Amino acid sequence: MEALKQELKENIIEQLNLEDISVAEIGDNDPLFGDGLGLDSIDALELIVMLDKDYGIKLTDPKEGKVIFESVEVMANYISANRKK
Amino acid sequence: MTQKNHIKSYVHIKNNTVSLNGTVVYNDNEPDFKSFIKGAYKAVDTKYPKFFKMDSLSKLAFLAGDIVLNSEQLSTEEEHNIALVFSNKASSLDTDRKHQKSIQHKENYYPSPAVFVYTLPNICIGEISIKHKLYSENSFFIFDGFNAAHLEVYATSLLADEKADKVLCGWVEYDGDDNYEAFLYLVSPEGKIAHNTEEIIKLYTN
Repeated sequence: MEALKQELKENIIEQLNLEDISVAEIGDNDPLFGDGLGLDSIDALELIVMLDKDYGIKLTDPKEGKVIFESVEVMANYISANRKK
Repeated sequence: MTQKNHIKSYVHIKNNTVSLNGTVVYNDNEPDFKSFIKGAYKAVDTKYPKFFKMDSLSKLAFLAGDIVLNSEQLSTEEEHNIALVFSNKASSLDTDRKHQKSIQHKENYYPSPAVFVYTLPNICIGEISIKHKLYSENSFFIFDGFNAAHLEVYATSLLADEKADKVLCGWVEYDGDDNYEAFLYLVSPEGKIAHNTEEIIKLYTN
């Protein structure tokens, strides 16, 4: 699980172009949206694509993302339980 | 009587160099556009994290626009009636190619929303408008080359018809690391350089 969380943090930084933010600065339970990393709606769509591309998880309802993308911890748990690759 | 307009300030970004009103404000030897524009962004102290999410055309246009508008010392708390009239040759082709690549193969079909939103050239106008609170007239023209005469007529018309108080005009082209250039100038009733086709071409070619 720790390796997955590390991988997620690296992917989030790279794929969402979070310049000047390091893996160490993203806490496992930090909110990704709002006051946390300040991600926006396009970032949410990008995370949905990342789930599909990297883990074979297809979200049919973008609203599901609101819960799944709460934090790296929540994302990692969801991916572990639902990943197909 | 027709109001006389002037070019109040102008910025040029090309060949790893940023200049404002003919004076170099940043220069480096970075081998690629991404490194160069990041260095320029940090050097001119533009604090805007969303910059790094933009495509190359928007980064180029945003930085050029930001430098000119910052030199005007506008308040970021209020609206400004500054029209934006931009042009280029390659449209958003660089980003269009990236998007096409992501949907080229059915078995590897993962279009990126963050790339797709930049598959129009005028998105760069939106980026500048958001930062500087410009809810104003805007247009993006595609030409074979820099068309000073068209830009002059268009800007003059906007000012004469009182559609805008000032007009930020010019050329923003990005089609790969070896083909990028931004030349933006602010047309205003104030200033020392006459706003006419000859002067625009002179500033552009200098």
